[in-house]
Amino acid sequence: MSSTVLHDMGVAQLAAALRGGQVSAVEAAQHFLARARSHQHLGAYVALNEDATLAQAREQDASIAAGTAAPLAGVPIAHKDIFVTRDFPTTAASRMLAGYRSPFDATVVARLAEAGCVTLGKLNCDEFAMGGTNENSAVAPVGFDAPRPVRNPWDGARVPGGSSGGSAAAVAARLAPAVTGTDTGGSIRQPASFCGVTGIKPTYGRASRYGMIAFASSLDQAGPMARSAEDCALLLSAMCGPDPDRDSTSLDRPAEDFGRALGDSLEGLRIGVPAEFFGEGLAADVHAAVDAALKEYEKLGARLVPITLPRTDLSVPVYYILAPAEASSNLSRFDGVRYGYRAKDYADLLDMYKKTRAQGFGDEVKRRIMIGTYVLSEGYYDAYYLQAQKLRRMIADDFQQAFKECDLIAGPVAPTTAWRLGSQNDPVANYLADIYTLPASLAGLPGMSVPAGFGESGLPVGLQLIGNYFQEARLLNAAHRLQQATDFHLRAPEGI
Amino acid sequence: MTAKLIQGYEVVIGFETHAQLATKAKIFSRASTAFGAEPNTQACAVDLALPGTLPVMNREAVACAIKLGLALGSHIAPQSIFARKNYFYPDLPKGYQISQFEIPVVQGGEVGFYLGDEKKTVRLVRAHLEEDAGKSLHEEFHGMSGIDLNRAGTPLLEIVTEPDMRSTEEAVAYAKALHQIVTWIGICDGNMQEGSFRCDANVSVRRPGQPLGTRREIKNLNSFKYMQQAIDYEIRWQIEQLEDGHAIQQATVLFDPDTGETRAMRTKEDAADYRYFPDPDLPPLVIAPEWVEQVKAAMPELPRAMAARFVQQYGLPEYDATTLTQSQAMAAYFEDAAKACGAPKLASNWVMGEISRRLNTEEIGMDAVKVSSQQLATLIGRIGDGTISNNAARQVFEALWSGEGSDVDAVIDAKGLKQMNDSGALEKIIDEVIAVNPANVEQYKAGKDKAFNALVGQVMKASKGKANPQQVNELLKAKLA
Repeated sequence: MSSTVLHDMGVAQLAAALRGGQVSAVEAAQHFLARARSHQHLGAYVALNEDATLAQAREQDASIAAGTAAPLAGVPIAHKDIFVTRDFPTTAASRMLAGYRSPFDATVVARLAEAGCVTLGKLNCDEFAMGGTNENSAVAPVGFDAPRPVRNPWDGARVPGGSSGGSAAAVAARLAPAVTGTDTGGSIRQPASFCGVTGIKPTYGRASRYGMIAFASSLDQAGPMARSAEDCALLLSAMCGPDPDRDSTSLDRPAEDFGRALGDSLEGLRIGVPAEFFGEGLAADVHAAVDAALKEYEKLGARLVPITLPRTDLSVPVYYILAPAEASSNLSRFDGVRYGYRAKDYADLLDMYKKTRAQGFGDEVKRRIMIGTYVLSEGYYDAYYLQAQKLRRMIADDFQQAFKECDLIAGPVAPTTAWRLGSQNDPVANYLADIYTLPASLAGLPGMSVPAGFGESGLPVGLQLIGNYFQEARLLNAAHRLQQATDFHLRAPEGI
Repeated sequence: MTAKLIQGYEVVIGFETHAQLATKAKIFSRASTAFGAEPNTQACAVDLALPGTLPVMNREAVACAIKLGLALGSHIAPQSIFARKNYFYPDLPKGYQISQFEIPVVQGGEVGFYLGDEKKTVRLVRAHLEEDAGKSLHEEFHGMSGIDLNRAGTPLLEIVTEPDMRSTEEAVAYAKALHQIVTWIGICDGNMQEGSFRCDANVSVRRPGQPLGTRREIKNLNSFKYMQQAIDYEIRWQIEQLEDGHAIQQATVLFDPDTGETRAMRTKEDAADYRYFPDPDLPPLVIAPEWVEQVKAAMPELPRAMAARFVQQYGLPEYDATTLTQSQAMAAYFEDAAKACGAPKLASNWVMGEISRRLNTEEIGMDAVKVSSQQLATLIGRIGDGTISNNAARQVFEALWSGEGSDVDAVIDAKGLKQMNDSGALEKIIDEVIAVNPANVEQYKAGKDKAFNALVGQVMKASKGKANPQQVNELLKAKLA
């Protein structure tokens, strides 16, 4: 089988080819490992372990030969470096965890391995998943000695988005047919939009958080990124399911086949279009691409319903109080005592803590720890944290109100297409760019990004779809139908 | 009643007690809680706070909280919240302790006990579930500290009282009563040396009628003796300060058993801001009424209820009933013996007397008692039916305890302790004693009771102790009349 075809194949196609013996798991793994190396300038991968990958691939080949193959037997994938893995180092893109090796696999990693997936390596991201450009990574990508930003495969001078920037870039550049990401405030959807790939964040609690290094516990969710909704459905079905012995926030809902409704007709589907997602600040090219996608839905039989999500603006301050609050506490365990980085010279315990954390964490992480510490402090807790919690509930209520009139909500993922590396140095402006992804995160709703066309500089634009709780199958159905009517998701960046 | 004053000051004491719960696994991980293992061998990935790990509530620990709530008549919150208490310390792996802050699982309730003859009640504010930290070992590492995380994540119930106690004695009695309850219902092994039951005492003094004085908290009192000494010292110290015109500073203090003094660890100014907030890793703890009912159905009879029943059912004095219900094992022993011999008061006397004394002397517990309740019942039966005297019974008891014999009747036979019940033979002995002791007889007839006792003694001696003393009395009196 021709190599060029191999990396253009989707997960479903590849899984069939592997089961049918047209390609072996080892061949597939070797092909993608070679691509990872030849495209290392993109900075997508931060860790490879060829021996481990090939050992996993051989196992899958054996299971295929024995007729005991799992559904995704031999499909090569890669994991965001936020998931702990036994076979690869795990850094969360932080100096704090340089050289750290987990004694166990994250539940999501283990479930995908059970489904037959072979792990190619670990993918770059913003440090501790904090950021929207992947410029906050503090680790050197494969092939480099120093940290280096991940490049957007569509334009090497632009950011891939974040925090799952390495994940999105890897899919867009065909360095893996599918990958995992995590989404706290948009970290799957926004890079998917910037890199022109498909990504879904399921309902909070669908995927176990065990082994996913915590940023903001009440928001963090794992999800897949791939080129098509169909491929995302395959991975999501394998990833999700209850994990009651390891994660108390994992929902007691059985695993589902999220691809079961992919082909369903959209006739009569009510798509809510929130006015607040199309206001000032939305770039014209993004607006145009999203409008075109919405028109496409009308052609497919869906009906557009104007809705309102009145507290959309508030989602930014609410999120940037609650997420840092949780992060400030979640990151306390990185203290230099038991594992990870410890400052070399220190006078006493307090000095060791201060130097270790000052040297081990990057600026954005420190910024959020400080914000979080502040909003939880005596005298400020009521004014910030409690108020934000109340608003969070109201934002969730607004969605329930909206879902009385529509089945899905659609709008832009981000106000703009990918911006230039190093161009966005104002943290607050960065935070404001999360405005369309934060509401669904705060409400715990499933959301996804679907390639919807290209903007002015030929950069991808994503359409965001938000569903009510547990409506992942419906989201994927809507995305799939759009992808049958369009080919944006199939286009490759130049030179890839 | 009015509180006892010391130099015109009223003492006010409140307690915070950490009871380590007797669960097999830790509160949020599946690691073992067994005491005394090699350092860091009972700390799993969750206890070490490795990246990606998350807490999962141990149902057994919740059941312990429900039991305590039921035993103390508390409200068991249908929904309570876990919160994070944030601070950095090397033996606190996550950099925060998971505890309960605003909404604890056990709310209100009271502990009742006797202080002498007086019935006291101490009200509880709350009891909340939390995890213990590990241990820092500062001694053996030459300028460094060792960290043992075996204890990290061990389940605790922190039991907090209102400031209801007015003397050291009352405070110690409260602590003993609480200790009795937690061990009785089986939620805590009560081992104070191992730290399973640690008390913090909040102590203040005031002039009667004045608002509460500033309190100082004595931390980690791990024996009732030290508790007594520490609180006594603290009261004296505070009164001295006030008498000297100094104000009391709110502080946390430690008791040093070597000097018998308390000294301040930190004052309020150093108090940390723990930045409590609800733990997003743990959903609210929901306790369904059915769960409470299930636990209730499996609860043992509580000490106070049992004591009341002993008074009612066995006609025991209140004192006996309270003493016998100090532990479940002692109460059960008594009840077995009482039922088997049919003489509850005698059984009570033996258990509170001979048995307790020997257990104390040998520093063993009821589980290692060397005379079974059945043996004791038989022994009491032999006194009751006149086979042996009380004195002889003590000899039999000694033989049973030391393991010299195990069958009560066999011991009586072997030692020849059977009382002489043949009045003919006894009369013969009495006649002989009267005949050879004319002086005593005369003195008795002249009104000297002492002489009579001497004659009884002679008879007992001549019978080698086997005569029934009461029978001797009666016959002797008749003959001398």
